[in-house]
Amino acid sequence: MNSSKMEKPFDLKDCLHQLAHYLPSQSPLKDFIHHNSLHAFQDNDFFSGLFKASRLFGYQSFLAINEFRRKYNTGAIRQDILERVIAENEGKEKVAYWKELILHSPVEDRPHALIGALRSEWKNTYFIDLDSAVYPLLFRLLNAYLDQGIALWKFPKEGGFLNSLRQLEQNSQLSIFQTKQARARFLDPSIGITQLLEKIVGRESLFEQYLFDQQFAHPGWSGMIATLEDKPQSLLDRSPIALEELILLELHLEWDALDALLYGDWHSLGNIISPPPPLNFETQEFTLEEKCLRYAQLALEWSFYDQVLAAFSKSPSTKGGKSKEISFQALFCIDDRECSLRRNLESQDPLCQTFGTPGFFNMAFYFQPEGTENNTKVCPAPMHPPYLIKELGSNKKKKKDLHLSRRMQSIHNSTLMSQTMGFWSAIKLFFNLFKPSISPATSSSFNHMSHNSELSIDASNPPQFENNLQLGFSLEEQLDRLEGQLRSIGLIDDFAPLVYFVAHGASSVNNPYYAAYDCGACSGRPGSVNARVISHIANKTEVRQLLAKRGIHIPDSTRFVGALHDTTQDDIVFYDAQSLPPALMEKHLKNVHTFEVALDFNAKERSRRLELVNSKKSAAEIHKKLRLRAVSLFEPRPELNHATNALCVVAPRNKSLDIFLDRRAFLNSYEPELDVDGSALASILNAATPVCGGINLEYYFSRVDNHKLGAGSKLPHNVMGLIGVANGIDGDLRTGLPIQMIEIHDPLRLMMIVYAKKEKIDAVLAANPKTADWYQKEWTLLSSIDPETQEVFTYSKGDWHLYNPLFEIKEHDAFESLFEKSPENLPVYKIKK
Amino acid sequence: MNKIELSILFLIGLPFFAFALSLIIPSKKENLLSRLSFISLGLQLVVSILFVAIWWWTGAEKINLKEFTVFKSEHYEFYIDFMFDRISAVFLLVGAYLTFLITLYSRYYLHRETGYKRFFNTLLFFYSGYNLIILSGNFETLFIGWEILGWSSFLLIAFYRTRYLPVKNAVKIYSIYRIGDVGLLLAMWMTHHLWHENINFMRLSQSELVISHLQEASWLGLFISLAILLSALAKSAQLPFCSWLPRAMEGPTPSSAIFYGSLAINMGVFLLLRTMPFWEHQWIVRILIGLMGLLTAIVAEMTARVQSSVKSQIAYSSISQIGLIFIELSFGFEILALIHFAGNAFLRTYQLLVSPSVVSYLIREQFYLPSAKLSLKKTNSRLQNTLYILSLKEWKVDEWLFKSLWRPMKWVGKQLRFVAIRHALYLFIPLYLFLASLLLFKNQIPYPIVNNLPTILGLIGLLAVFKAIYERKSAFFSWMLIVFNHFWVLLAISFNDEFNLTDSLVFLSGVIPSGLLGYWILRRLANRENGISLSSFQGHVYEHPVMALAFLFACLGLSGFPISPTFIGEDLIFSHIKPNEIGLAIIIALSFVLDGIAIVRIYARIFLGPHSKNYHSKAIRSS
Repeated sequence: MNSSKMEKPFDLKDCLHQLAHYLPSQSPLKDFIHHNSLHAFQDNDFFSGLFKASRLFGYQSFLAINEFRRKYNTGAIRQDILERVIAENEGKEKVAYWKELILHSPVEDRPHALIGALRSEWKNTYFIDLDSAVYPLLFRLLNAYLDQGIALWKFPKEGGFLNSLRQLEQNSQLSIFQTKQARARFLDPSIGITQLLEKIVGRESLFEQYLFDQQFAHPGWSGMIATLEDKPQSLLDRSPIALEELILLELHLEWDALDALLYGDWHSLGNIISPPPPLNFETQEFTLEEKCLRYAQLALEWSFYDQVLAAFSKSPSTKGGKSKEISFQALFCIDDRECSLRRNLESQDPLCQTFGTPGFFNMAFYFQPEGTENNTKVCPAPMHPPYLIKELGSNKKKKKDLHLSRRMQSIHNSTLMSQTMGFWSAIKLFFNLFKPSISPATSSSFNHMSHNSELSIDASNPPQFENNLQLGFSLEEQLDRLEGQLRSIGLIDDFAPLVYFVAHGASSVNNPYYAAYDCGACSGRPGSVNARVISHIANKTEVRQLLAKRGIHIPDSTRFVGALHDTTQDDIVFYDAQSLPPALMEKHLKNVHTFEVALDFNAKERSRRLELVNSKKSAAEIHKKLRLRAVSLFEPRPELNHATNALCVVAPRNKSLDIFLDRRAFLNSYEPELDVDGSALASILNAATPVCGGINLEYYFSRVDNHKLGAGSKLPHNVMGLIGVANGIDGDLRTGLPIQMIEIHDPLRLMMIVYAKKEKIDAVLAANPKTADWYQKEWTLLSSIDPETQEVFTYSKGDWHLYNPLFEIKEHDAFESLFEKSPENLPVYKIKK
Repeated sequence: MNKIELSILFLIGLPFFAFALSLIIPSKKENLLSRLSFISLGLQLVVSILFVAIWWWTGAEKINLKEFTVFKSEHYEFYIDFMFDRISAVFLLVGAYLTFLITLYSRYYLHRETGYKRFFNTLLFFYSGYNLIILSGNFETLFIGWEILGWSSFLLIAFYRTRYLPVKNAVKIYSIYRIGDVGLLLAMWMTHHLWHENINFMRLSQSELVISHLQEASWLGLFISLAILLSALAKSAQLPFCSWLPRAMEGPTPSSAIFYGSLAINMGVFLLLRTMPFWEHQWIVRILIGLMGLLTAIVAEMTARVQSSVKSQIAYSSISQIGLIFIELSFGFEILALIHFAGNAFLRTYQLLVSPSVVSYLIREQFYLPSAKLSLKKTNSRLQNTLYILSLKEWKVDEWLFKSLWRPMKWVGKQLRFVAIRHALYLFIPLYLFLASLLLFKNQIPYPIVNNLPTILGLIGLLAVFKAIYERKSAFFSWMLIVFNHFWVLLAISFNDEFNLTDSLVFLSGVIPSGLLGYWILRRLANRENGISLSSFQGHVYEHPVMALAFLFACLGLSGFPISPTFIGEDLIFSHIKPNEIGLAIIIALSFVLDGIAIVRIYARIFLGPHSKNYHSKAIRSS
């Protein structure tokens, strides 16, 4: 939309496309999936994109300079790194000058963003508040139409939003509009957006800018509509809607409000004002202030990466030393929350072996629990697998809570209730405060699938289909998936007697963001079904026989067991373990004990970030306290989720085994020597880059601008139509993460550390341009550790540079006492064994 | 002092004491703040339970305590008075229980929130006011609590003071509360005349006395009852004031739960219960209360049914229940109303507290619903569609209120556009001095002039407030006009009755210092920020929290909040208006009420809302 483009006639289709591109793309709450909040700017390199976004939309795209200064003063930004960053960019001789500028120049106010300038002329010219006249009704209509089950009296839907609204308007004594003319205009379907703009804006060259101003004044609702237009299936109660319909209605309402507020005495905006500066989407030279922010950001990031790379460059090569007997093997999700559990397991039982892989375990399907006709996707969001797995024989009963049922809100019921159940509420509240326990209000990971149910995993021959989904997997399909899983992490021999697939999920109460706490690789659901499915497949004799033909020999004595780790409560459940033979059962029980102790310590480690928990108590005591968080109504931080994530390590576990990464790393297992052609690496990077990058950037932006790109505090949130949250009842939908999820997060870009030769990585990137784009434009960073020389290379603008760390890594062994002392980010340590 | 008196004083004093202590605790000390609230409210709860139990055991007799006289002249006495009966007992227990639980809840819920201290300050302040109301023994004492409730509501709704909507809604709700205050002011004024004394509620409950007085002057009684009803309707969000309640849900969920779900919203019910012995003899009032309740119950119920957000649904359901309580009251079912109040308060508090759970719960419920049930029946009939739109528009009550109340005032304000600061300074001040000097020769002025002068002067004062409310630019001018208004009111009263220097000094002793303090702060701020304006919210509290606090005190003082002698002064002023001068009384009541609104508007626009600077993260206007 540069000046040359402005001369072109208004193209509605193109404009709608542009709008949908720039609006936030957050799905309804039940499908909350992390993504880059500024995905629209990803065709720029990171810094240019962020500064552009900031100029256009007024986002704070970095920490405020004062926060950087505070971090410098506490040592989180290291002096040597800051000086190196300046020297690299501005030359050695200018270090002092820039340092002074970054650390001491006075903070200046910034000019207003370009967005909104045009539409604000209504207020400047006519002294009216158009927004307050339009939004309450507009949001209310949208919410009523899209509502998934809060209102008792539903919006009368008749195919499409505007169509329903016109039907309603036509068959009613009362209009939604204030003036008769507005009603007549609305009912005339031949009046389109362009005609309305001609009256309201008047000047064609301003149409696009006006629509941008209009839609970005309530990005939450506009973004939700654009997303639903794209993914109508994310509503259980289908409500087809399009961004175009929203804009049309909003323009009708604006015209109506202008007529009502100004008694018809107004002129098209474009004809009475001198146009404000246009929305300039061109990339511009960095200003002095922007350069300062850039160096400060780089210094903050490298102050940490430098430690990590120092640790990896010193860690031994992975060759040799596989002689010891392995007690058990456990596969975890790459999720950063499993990083510490794995470390704790390994320290409890040094003979065990852990692996990291995306938590759907290469099993992509839809899951249909017993008692419903609906199913839910349990694999990464971009996948659309044609498979369905059903739960059978669970015979579970859902408990009800009348306080949450909407039937409670009607007058006769609530009269009865307030006279009777009201007093019951008083008692319930008392107990929930003094003795929190699980209730129907809790969203528990263990309820995702019933513990004692059966799963329909094996497809019949010929396969059956339901809703175009194949019921179960055929033998061949099972084999492919299992083989792919085992090869990608290099687990192809040396199988332990027991191999655990440990999925994860989370439990919380009073938490509309519950889906964001579950497994990202399972579309915001717990991965328990996936873990059970792959274990079942791996235990099948015919699968193993066929697998042997493909070169992977699983001994008969080895059994696979699925499990679910609840990351909030740090509890674990094992599935189908009762069928283990007695000899293995004994080993299994020993392992269960190991897991339990490790989980206690994991809870203690987590507790150091939680101010209200006394980390000095014993691990078991702290664990008890943390369990309560998941069921306490008053706890806005059931867990801290991905906060502090900063790294993704694609390497054999041996390589990172003795490095303390403080729950900050996604860990994906990878054996470079088994992956000669780089195909395993390609699939790992293709999957991990957008997922981990998306999580990382959503945390980044919610942290740096919690008001515009995050959801603000969750304490005043009000649930709208079960699809989103807003502040109060008239507010716009909030996107991004609430402050309670990101307050301790340091906004660092994700550093992907790959244990492979740089040439191999280059080849993978060349073959996968979409993935490569993330690294070339530096929205995530990349480094390579050469498996032969252990040299570290960093990737920048398509080139590799040998990296010389400045940090002197220290050894540490008394981690428990460290956890008791510090709630802050810890440095990277070598773990003394 | 006997034990009963001591206990009641303890129950009232403890929250005030805790509030005062909470002000001096540094904001970093979360633990200390929450522990203070926890211990003091826990203690309060225990003492309340014991006190009620003993009181019940010993015969549950009504207690009246005349505490002390604050101000006394030959024709007027302002005294603090407490009362205890079963109405107070129920409200005390429900309030103490819920507030205690909410304190505990908020200790964790608000952990690390910016404004943790502010939250507990306001909560304790609110609860102090609540206790004062429910234990008050006369209108004056009740009114103190009433004012505390108004301001603490404003502060809690605008808790997220850097966003636009909370601030806008807080101002709006404060305005409606002020309408409630007009009712109470007028009721107080007329009761003085009806009883020729500052009567307490105890005497009000002696039915022979009430009946005999009502027979003497039945229209006075009707006027008082209607004024009380107006006040109750506004405070309990009944028609035509429904729409404020859902919009009050802007603060952290626990504060919404306790204020607007349960306690504050029932203050109208309390007022009616408290004055029931007075109005129950007036059939027309009873019918009116019942009708308003019925109408509200129907309208709110329909509105609740179409709400697609959790909190607005709970708010409207609660309003409709309170409508039913009004009906119960009109039938004279006091005990039923009390039970209904308690049950509704508990229920709504709990519902609001678990409201964020509704997503996972209802989505799960819906997930398990057979798909046929998902597509519910359509509302097709014309009547149904009309009702649907009507309910979606909240029965256009707000629109109506705006048109009939605010728009005329706005119109007047608009007509006064031509008035500028220089007029005020060079025209009105000399005019004022001239008129004031006329006071000395009051006896020589012809009767028809002197008779109408008070109304005219009152009107000039009222016009000044109109102008103050609709002043678009200069905060100084607006502030000055409010101070002005107080002077004109005083002049009007001085012509109306014997001029009384003491009364005038009492009245002005709050106005002048607050006016000067406010003016000085505005000047200082304007110097630092290169000018301030009323044209938009500027959020200067972000950079100048201390100035914002000092200005808040100036606002409290000028608006006649009970920290300033003007509070008694306002009551005093009314004692100089005779019962047949309803016009003048209404003009002056309106003046006071609109003063408050204009003051809050200045405070909100200058210090609250989105900050005018862009160097830090701030929310967009619509969020």
